[in-house]
Amino acid sequence: MSIAPGSIAIVGAAESTRIGSVPDMSQIMLHADAALNAMADAGLKPGDIDGVACTGAMMTQQLAHYLGITPKWVDGTSVGGCSFMLHVRHAAAAIHAGYCDTVLITHGESGKSRINATPRPPEPQSLNGQFEAPFGPFGPPTLFPIPVLRYMKTYGVTHEQLAMVAVVQREWAAMNPRAAQRDPITVDDVLNSRMIAYPFRLLQCCLVTDGGGALILTRADRAKDFPQKPAYILGTGESVETNMISQMEDFTSSRAFRVAGPEAFRSAGISHADVDHLMIYDAFAHLPLYGLEDLGFVGRGEAGAFIEARNTAPGGKLPLNTNGGGLSYTHTGMYGMFALQESVRQVRGTAPAQVPDVDISVCHGVGGMFSASGTIILGRERP
Amino acid sequence: MALPAGRPRPEPTPETRHFWDGTKAGELRLQRCQACEKTYFPPRPFCPACGSREVSVFAASGRATLHSYVIHHRKVPGFEPPYAIAVVELEEGPRMMTNIVDCAQTPEALQLNMQLEVAFTPMDDEITLPLFRPAQGGAA
Repeated sequence: MSIAPGSIAIVGAAESTRIGSVPDMSQIMLHADAALNAMADAGLKPGDIDGVACTGAMMTQQLAHYLGITPKWVDGTSVGGCSFMLHVRHAAAAIHAGYCDTVLITHGESGKSRINATPRPPEPQSLNGQFEAPFGPFGPPTLFPIPVLRYMKTYGVTHEQLAMVAVVQREWAAMNPRAAQRDPITVDDVLNSRMIAYPFRLLQCCLVTDGGGALILTRADRAKDFPQKPAYILGTGESVETNMISQMEDFTSSRAFRVAGPEAFRSAGISHADVDHLMIYDAFAHLPLYGLEDLGFVGRGEAGAFIEARNTAPGGKLPLNTNGGGLSYTHTGMYGMFALQESVRQVRGTAPAQVPDVDISVCHGVGGMFSASGTIILGRERP
Repeated sequence: MALPAGRPRPEPTPETRHFWDGTKAGELRLQRCQACEKTYFPPRPFCPACGSREVSVFAASGRATLHSYVIHHRKVPGFEPPYAIAVVELEEGPRMMTNIVDCAQTPEALQLNMQLEVAFTPMDDEITLPLFRPAQGGAA
């Protein structure tokens, strides 16, 4: 038994009023600010919401009480930056099952200002603490790129191709007034920026920002009663692999991507040729390459040349990361919410760098360091 | 030779104690399933391939190849940049994170697939880390 494509819709979507540097808001207020904006977008009040999802230990109850919501369904799935894709998938199932009618999914993260932020120390008794932490990883820039050299050697991908990811996304960001970084950059600029963790330099690593976002979901048969054009959920997928990047089964491909992506396409009943717009969570420059290949948009080892040939750039045949992405738009730490917001905007036709006639948008997220994945496919029309 | 202070120190658990006892005794101990013969890492008292609890501990050869790495350029406690955070593939199959010692920390010196051998390196009286160095000849 599965949910018919388009049975559930996103009827409210908004980011926090400000993103980037928001030193006057704590993390929970970033959640709430985005939630209030999403409720205004949908014309709803807290009393209209009966389901809540967000990340973090004990966070659903903190947030529900903070916002004055009495939920009869909650989801605290916390698998990293793609948690929101999983929340969308779980919320669609819950609404379909009749557990609740109107779900609010929120994200808030004081990633830059670190006000009431969540500490993430590796426990010395955890497997990460015993078998990775002693060897000197220090945050995502030292862990997420570990597979890249193997990928480059396997397929002959060049440093220039991996630099081009950042160049193209900056072109998209230049069209977006809310993007943190908008000045044009060249491949040379990327390859001459400060070395962080070879092979990646500063401009190939995501931003570190404050911000939030929220989504409101309900049944498609109610969706036309809301002020905004609905974004229909056509298909979804999710998976996890390992929380230790050293234990990924294949350093050139993500197993979690290969499970979540195809399941989303299967449940939506669409093919790659149907896709007008694509978001692939880009915490670092290699992620769009892995995503393009693992979701089947290109063959193995072809993504570097595909991006270099400007297929994903403005005017290209597969517009990718059109808000500027985690590299140039914003990246609070768990960026997946912002990828979903851009997919909703593109399907509504309201994005700053709007792609013409987006009927179908695919939004693909990663959590942890290749440790989790969620894929959401949105449509402008109910099939 | 002990490592500089500040490096995060692993704390063994009941399921991993044999591994850390092994490195202290100069053995790189892996586990193998008696039912399906899968060799696996990190340690756990059952086979992740078939679920059998019939598993044995054995000493690996200590030979490995360099699978992938990054070279970190920022200073963190216990490390002097630039330093490589590497993943090696053991001769027996499993991969593990480690550091490469007795070798320049440069892309030129750190060639993927290069032959390595384990270099047991004490952190303190209790914990010895399995680091790796370029093979001294005679390696597989």
